[in-house]
Amino acid sequence: MTWVTKTLNSTLGRKLIMALTGLFLILFLTGHVSGNLLLFKGDGGQAFNMYAKFMTTNPAVKLLSYLTYISVIGHIVYSIFLTQHNKSARPVSYSTSNGSSNSAWSSRNMGVLGTIILIFLVVHLQGFWAKMHWGEIPMVTYEGEEYKNLYLIVSEAFKQVWLVALYVVSMIFLGFHLSHGFASAFQTLGLNHKKYSPAIKAVGMVYCILVPALFAAMPLYIHFTSYTK
Amino acid sequence: MKLTLKIWRQKNAADKGGFATYVADHVSKDMSFLEMLDVLNDQLTEKGEDPVHFDHDCREGICGMCSLYINGKPHGPQQTTTCQLHMRSFSDGETITIEPWRAKAFPVVKDLVVNRSAFDRIIQAGGYVSVNTGGVPDANEIPIPKTVADLAMDAAQCIGCGACVAACKNASAMLFTSAKVSQLALLPQGQVERKTRAEKMVAQMDAEGFGACTNTGACEAECPKGISITNIARMNREYFSAVASSDNM
Amino acid sequence: MILDSKIPAGPLAEKWTKHKFSSKLVNPANKRKYDVIVVGTGLAGASAAASLAELGYNVKAFCFQDSPRRAHSIAAQGGINAAKNYQNDGDSIYRLFYDTIKGGDYRAREGNVYRLAEVSVKIIDQCVAQGVPFAREYGGLLANRSFGGAQVSRTFYARGQTGQQLLLGAYSALSRQVANGKVKLFPRTEMMDVVVIDGQAKGIVTRNLITGAVETHAAHAVLLCTGGYGNVFFLSTNAMGSNVTAAWRAHKRGAFFANPCFTQIHPTCIPVSGDHQSKLTLMSESLRNDGRVWVPATQEIAEKLRKGQIKANDIKEEDRDYFLERKYPSFGNLVPRDVASRNAKYVCDEGRGVNETGEAVFLDFRDAIKRDTRKIIEQKYGNLFDMYKQITGEDPYEMPMMIYPAVHYTMGGLWVDYNLMTTVPGLYALGEANFSEHGANRLGASALMQGLADGYFVIPYTVGDYLAQLAPTKVDENHPEFARAKEEVKQGIERLLKINGNKPVDYFHKRLGKIMWDKCGMARTEVGLKEAKADIQALKKEFWSNVKVLGTNEELNQTLEKANRVADFLELGELMVDDALNRNESCGGHFREEYQTPDGEALRDDENFAYVAAWKYLGEGKEEELVKEELVFENVKLTQRSYK
Repeated sequence: MTWVTKTLNSTLGRKLIMALTGLFLILFLTGHVSGNLLLFKGDGGQAFNMYAKFMTTNPAVKLLSYLTYISVIGHIVYSIFLTQHNKSARPVSYSTSNGSSNSAWSSRNMGVLGTIILIFLVVHLQGFWAKMHWGEIPMVTYEGEEYKNLYLIVSEAFKQVWLVALYVVSMIFLGFHLSHGFASAFQTLGLNHKKYSPAIKAVGMVYCILVPALFAAMPLYIHFTSYTK
Repeated sequence: MKLTLKIWRQKNAADKGGFATYVADHVSKDMSFLEMLDVLNDQLTEKGEDPVHFDHDCREGICGMCSLYINGKPHGPQQTTTCQLHMRSFSDGETITIEPWRAKAFPVVKDLVVNRSAFDRIIQAGGYVSVNTGGVPDANEIPIPKTVADLAMDAAQCIGCGACVAACKNASAMLFTSAKVSQLALLPQGQVERKTRAEKMVAQMDAEGFGACTNTGACEAECPKGISITNIARMNREYFSAVASSDNM
Repeated sequence: MILDSKIPAGPLAEKWTKHKFSSKLVNPANKRKYDVIVVGTGLAGASAAASLAELGYNVKAFCFQDSPRRAHSIAAQGGINAAKNYQNDGDSIYRLFYDTIKGGDYRAREGNVYRLAEVSVKIIDQCVAQGVPFAREYGGLLANRSFGGAQVSRTFYARGQTGQQLLLGAYSALSRQVANGKVKLFPRTEMMDVVVIDGQAKGIVTRNLITGAVETHAAHAVLLCTGGYGNVFFLSTNAMGSNVTAAWRAHKRGAFFANPCFTQIHPTCIPVSGDHQSKLTLMSESLRNDGRVWVPATQEIAEKLRKGQIKANDIKEEDRDYFLERKYPSFGNLVPRDVASRNAKYVCDEGRGVNETGEAVFLDFRDAIKRDTRKIIEQKYGNLFDMYKQITGEDPYEMPMMIYPAVHYTMGGLWVDYNLMTTVPGLYALGEANFSEHGANRLGASALMQGLADGYFVIPYTVGDYLAQLAPTKVDENHPEFARAKEEVKQGIERLLKINGNKPVDYFHKRLGKIMWDKCGMARTEVGLKEAKADIQALKKEFWSNVKVLGTNEELNQTLEKANRVADFLELGELMVDDALNRNESCGGHFREEYQTPDGEALRDDENFAYVAAWKYLGEGKEEELVKEELVFENVKLTQRSYK
């Protein structure tokens, strides 16, 4: 399989992996945000808890989740490879550089943005995902069936101002990461066409604002509704 | 105009190098940037100091020999070659920092002169159609749609100056490589060797130590010939489909 | 001594075919035993190196630039002529031949020019096969335009960058042979001398421009494809590095130099803006298709304009003198380059020039924009207008452009026979470096044609004929001549470094340029030329006692490179003056004020000057010897050019 390894080790091959994993993660985010919209339902978390159970037990979802883990790891590992390689391509740096005149800040700082998002991810997974999988979670019964009351965990957690702030700020970074990453992935895949590229860019812009905004709205909503209860 | 010039001086490839500061007075707005350096060099020579070495030749923006990273931008503030940059783009009293192109694949030779032979080797890897002189079909035998010929010409305009590499935060040579890959992938004459060409040129580009593209678009913004990054997308396409379908193991 | 042009006998149209057949061939198995050196990698050099390597010869290619792709052929804008007659407008090989020989004012050989026209059609085929993206019509076939006043549309082009695209095509063919191992490339290497053994060229001496190492290279044949010498004028449209050194050193080793005074002054260049000016930029002469050339009708108005009291657009119609349209009603602004240039000089000499310097005329698109709309003009000339604005800071859509003639091309060069061989056996000159095809004036879009014709389609045959007569054994680089030539080069470098005078090299180059431009430029007189000769001799003396070359040989030393080239320009300048003095007639780019018709047009003297003036070097400080090659015209009738 030399040609496969050769391709995957080439700069273009590595970029391909970044693009494919990135796009998969965009798909994941879409699913994640859609499902989590149930938090806004105002039914005391019933729909959300049922959804959470479905997501942790359904075999098809399981398979997707493994793909997501692989994508996250692949995206991170290859970004490290690429960053190393790119750094070594310019061993002596410029004393003055005026990058803002020729490119967007986010495009030049994907590594920094990605690292911040990674830190957030650790906090986020440890707080909810790990608890859901292995932690002690109070149970709740709907229509005779038992469910883990993840909603309770979530609503308790977001009573803390600092956590809400962390989530909101992180989503801003995610937005910037996506603002470059979305269209960039298509460019890497070679999907650049004067008919479609403007649409891809437009969808990317909407996506990078809408999705992080919805995510950020969740802790804010829960936090502020908690005062009214 | 009176200007302060902060110029990178480096005796040779082995030397560590550093900045030296010069004052250029009597600079006229009509001078080209390189003429301003000519005047400085004549003054340095008369004082017995080694003149600043820089690459230049045609001075009309087409040979691609001039370089210079001026105030944090390749070829300076305008989207043109340094030889076409004029002093009216600067203001009196300004400090101008001049550095060589910086990339592992473009080692400094002396002062502001760098070695760009990596570009030649990328072309040697496959940037051609393998036809010998003579024995070719009549020029009008294969009609080529005007739009295709124009697109190929857009890519073929690359002057090989290396501003794309200099501008890219990753010192990537994808814009340069993709311009040639694109030109020949678009034209019917390039079809026969299409797959091998993409594979070999990308392999050579990597072997030279250039970085990877992160789609910042800086190369396109700084390219004096306005080569578009759609060429990079086309090269990616060419490369991925080539490795997936060619006979090369 | 009689110069044998080796033009084959027989009918014009059969000469080349016959000659190819009678040329000797090198056995395919033996080709790898021959080494060929190619100096210069422009159109002629790159195409020759690639083609010879494809045949199987071992080629070493040298250029002073950092990459072969940067040779100055790259700057040619307009196009390349070929007698394809794709437009069905009456073109033919014979017509291209006729136009070229007439355009050259009957100072070129019929046989050579006919061959050039004959192979021109194959050049286009070759370039298209290489992937050169020529302009096309909507139907997918190649587009043509009429160029430089030609009556047929035979010019192929790739936007305004034809030279670039053709050169990149040749460069790609060359690169392929480098990858194949058949060409060894030596960039940043300057040729310093030719090694001649027993009267035959057997190698060259080079200087590595990075390390300063002086080295020798042996070969069975040496091809000089080193371009023209326009930089003798300091200001020209040539690249800064373009030089005569390779050709001049060959001249000193026995190669005759032909018609050195034939230089072409191009009318549409951006004028000089000040003393700092380092080079001049040409704008395609296609601009004259729509632009109208004028100056103020009187000195007083011109004076006000120069002082900035009025602007060009303030000048009323009746105060404008459209001098080309006035003098040449039928050709108007489209008169040939030499005529347009000379008339611009006349009006400026009368004190009616514009620009602060008074050395410029207007090229006005006001009427064209009014007639065709700005959009159409933008489509046609957008890139040229942008370039003009970039350089001058003025917008030519609003203000008339200013132009002035500048040195652009040199028709003269090393004398070569029909085989492109100089008077030194084994030493060839191709492209602008030789003198052979353009006579006294080159037509637009013919330089690219000649460079590629020589490299792709002539030299592969003629060099084979020569090599077939040599034994297929390695040239011995241990021959004492190699060591001697190398030592002489080293001494020459040392001599320059030792002077340690007070003035930078450019100081001398600029002064030489001024002498040449003023006295051996667009219009020449006997008195002026005699003064020029004395001035150059004095300047040369001063150069060798007062030039300041810093640094050492053993490093990248751009001052040393320049000094070395200027030293040769100083010697060449004197020969150009000698040649101009000798030619007591006006023809093409050579205009002697003493020889003009009553209405100021060039007056040729076919009876006494229908010859090639080839000059033989006799030694340091000695006058060169003139050797004449009579030009024989069997097919065309010599007529006076008229553009009235």
